[in-house]
Amino acid sequence: MKKNIWLNFGFQFVAIIFALIFTTVILLIAGAPPFQAYISVIKGTISSMNDIANVMGAWAPLLLTTAGVLITFAAGLWNIGIEGQVVMGAIFTTGTLRLLQNSTLSSGLILVLGFLAGMVGGALWASLAGALKTFGNVNEIFGGLGLNFVATAVTIYLIFGPWKRPGIASLSGTLLFPNNLWLPTVSGTEFSPWALGLGLLVILIVYFLLRGTYFGLRLKAVGKNIRSAFLLGVPTWQYMMFSFILCGACAGLAGAVQVTSVYHRLIPSISSGYGFLGLLVAMLINYQAIWAAPIALFYAALNIGGIQLPILLKLDSSLSGVLQGVLVLFVMLVEGARQRLFRKR
Amino acid sequence: MNVELREINKTFGVVHANVGINMKISAGTIQGILGENGAGKSTLMKVLSGYIRADSGEIFLDGKSVTIHTPADAIKQGVGMLHQDPLDFPPMRIIENFILGRAGGLLPGQSAAMKDFNRLAKQFGFSLDPEAYVDSLTVGERQQLEILRLIWLGARVLIFDEPTTGISATQKVNLFVALRLLAKQGMTILFVSHKLEDVEGLCDQVAVVRQGHLVGETKPPYKTKELVEMMFGKEISLGRRIPGCLGEIELSLRDVAVEDYRLHISDVNLDVCKGEVIGLAGMEGSGQSLFLRAVSGMVRTVGGHVIINDQDLTGHDYHIFKQHGVSFLPAARLEEGLVSGLNLTEHVILAEEAKGFFINWNQGRELTQERISEFNIHGTPANTVESLSGGNQQRALLALMRDPLNLLLLEHPSRGLDIESTIYIWSKLKERCKLGTSILFVSSDLEEILQYSDRVMVFFSGKVTSPLDASLLTTEKLGELIGGMGWPELTATGKRA
Repeated sequence: MKKNIWLNFGFQFVAIIFALIFTTVILLIAGAPPFQAYISVIKGTISSMNDIANVMGAWAPLLLTTAGVLITFAAGLWNIGIEGQVVMGAIFTTGTLRLLQNSTLSSGLILVLGFLAGMVGGALWASLAGALKTFGNVNEIFGGLGLNFVATAVTIYLIFGPWKRPGIASLSGTLLFPNNLWLPTVSGTEFSPWALGLGLLVILIVYFLLRGTYFGLRLKAVGKNIRSAFLLGVPTWQYMMFSFILCGACAGLAGAVQVTSVYHRLIPSISSGYGFLGLLVAMLINYQAIWAAPIALFYAALNIGGIQLPILLKLDSSLSGVLQGVLVLFVMLVEGARQRLFRKR
Repeated sequence: MNVELREINKTFGVVHANVGINMKISAGTIQGILGENGAGKSTLMKVLSGYIRADSGEIFLDGKSVTIHTPADAIKQGVGMLHQDPLDFPPMRIIENFILGRAGGLLPGQSAAMKDFNRLAKQFGFSLDPEAYVDSLTVGERQQLEILRLIWLGARVLIFDEPTTGISATQKVNLFVALRLLAKQGMTILFVSHKLEDVEGLCDQVAVVRQGHLVGETKPPYKTKELVEMMFGKEISLGRRIPGCLGEIELSLRDVAVEDYRLHISDVNLDVCKGEVIGLAGMEGSGQSLFLRAVSGMVRTVGGHVIINDQDLTGHDYHIFKQHGVSFLPAARLEEGLVSGLNLTEHVILAEEAKGFFINWNQGRELTQERISEFNIHGTPANTVESLSGGNQQRALLALMRDPLNLLLLEHPSRGLDIESTIYIWSKLKERCKLGTSILFVSSDLEEILQYSDRVMVFFSGKVTSPLDASLLTTEKLGELIGGMGWPELTATGKRA
């Protein structure tokens, strides 16, 4: 058994090497010095307290979206719509803060209400995808994709319409919230220990939910074989809806974090792609919640580290994205190769 | 084509599925391969047909050593296999299925293929409409399609894996006629089965496999007792019939009607008392499965009333039925009954009533261990269900039944199981009956129906007999009814006699 674990690690290592080689080739084609590019990515994450704080700041929403998709993956569902659910969460949070910012409520209470509204927003958007799937027989991938576009359109409409800045509407988003509605962050950075605490708490809850509860077990049964699950007495469509709603709530929380601790307003690309990135992380960890925290941290670091590239090497910051995507592809490829190699026919 | 297997070895993990097997079959022979489930006969055939690669050993065709690593290799060498579950594409037309799998050619050349198809079909007396869709065919007809396809691809050796499972008595007769014809034309037929009766009735010689070893070969006249001893290493006999009814009525059907896209069954009336077993017989697709599913709430009835324990449950879904102590065990175990990827413990916990929010895994494992020993499942609590053999999967399904159980509905409870497993499972079921559980079951095995039922209902294209006393029926009589003969003298549907 022990030997197997080391063997698995060996295969993962091979996948990482392949991913690096592939990315290096891309860099060479682009005419950039690969070694310097990697160094600058690493430097971009750890060279200053500010960088580290930024990585932490990106970790929190990514943990939340990863936690969410782990739930839908358990139910055998591809919740591509998670991006839209993050966006809708951000919209609901923004709306709540706007509504209450001039009220007499304490700012702490307003923030809590903002987060709750974000959860509701994400859950509502997810339940739309879920209803399309369970009642309309629309594949959740198509439904989710469509709803993502709608969510983005709603954001743009709000930024240029009802919620536009006084005087001039701008792509840079709605008016900044007053300081008292910012989630407390480590001074001068986007890192909010509150947000990170929330992210870690949620991933922990999801881990125990999937591992140790009847709910999690039934969800897995639905995901692996819906007809058998039904015969075993699991109310199948209800569980599919639950998983969408829970995932949406996690995504909504991520949206709320983006609004309250990173941007302090609604902007067009409020999700920062953390929904899709969460899907990547979940695939990379083979849907095992126990690995979610470290791998999400690694991906957050890649995201932040890439920001330096345009300035230093005149490279697009999407290099990190290439590495993130390629890594998932190679890990899955190597896993497939491993199974083929060791399969007893 | 002469077939020779030399020293075939194959292991799966710790299981030695084939141990140095040697076998010689000359052209024009129908060779029976007999053995209980898990004996290694399917493995051996899959080695010959390229679905599995042997660890060691050689295959000779007409004296020439050949390498067979894939099914495509096999068919190139003239070896074709018909699997227990037909490997066809139900949403496609027969002729498309027929052409599929032929090597080469961008354009399928349908008209030429059509001519060949019709010629071959005529030769073997199969009436198949090449334009029909495969999902409209019976299992027997799908076998016919597969036979034609393999012969057309040039097969000279045909392997049949449990071909008489799930087909009707008449279809079996037709199949045997076709097989004898094939053998007469010089084909080599390998007939894999655990059904003694079929093997004895058809095969020119029989090889018996037990626990991976070839334990013996015999020729007619066969002695059943000898074959059974070779298969199991000991003698076995079916149990004695015990009448079941315990008095009170458990299930009442009043003028029940069910239908699907091609069948309509109406006015079924039936009273089943506690502890009674009702067998539902009929050719596959005659409505018995539909009827069984309607009684379980899996399928909506379109008329009448389903009353369980004096409660009218008409129109409710399966989960409500389940709350009233109804359990449905499907024939397709891994498709509808068990969840691949989950282990036995997880199944037991899923099937039990939830206690609280968190799972007590230790308790779950203990309970699973109890069930494993009670139901004689060869496996551990951590075994995933797909790693179990068919018989163990069926036992696992039974081990998931809740207590108490009022009504148990089974589809083909012994499909794919050997005699020993079948006897074991029925002994478990009869234990339930003594505790007051009523059973309705569908089976295409007439002997199983007669052996274990108190009363029998026969289905034939939308018609149903009134429940017949099983002790007054014979296999012949039942076979006739299933084939649609001898009906006028019976009242089709109706109340208890």
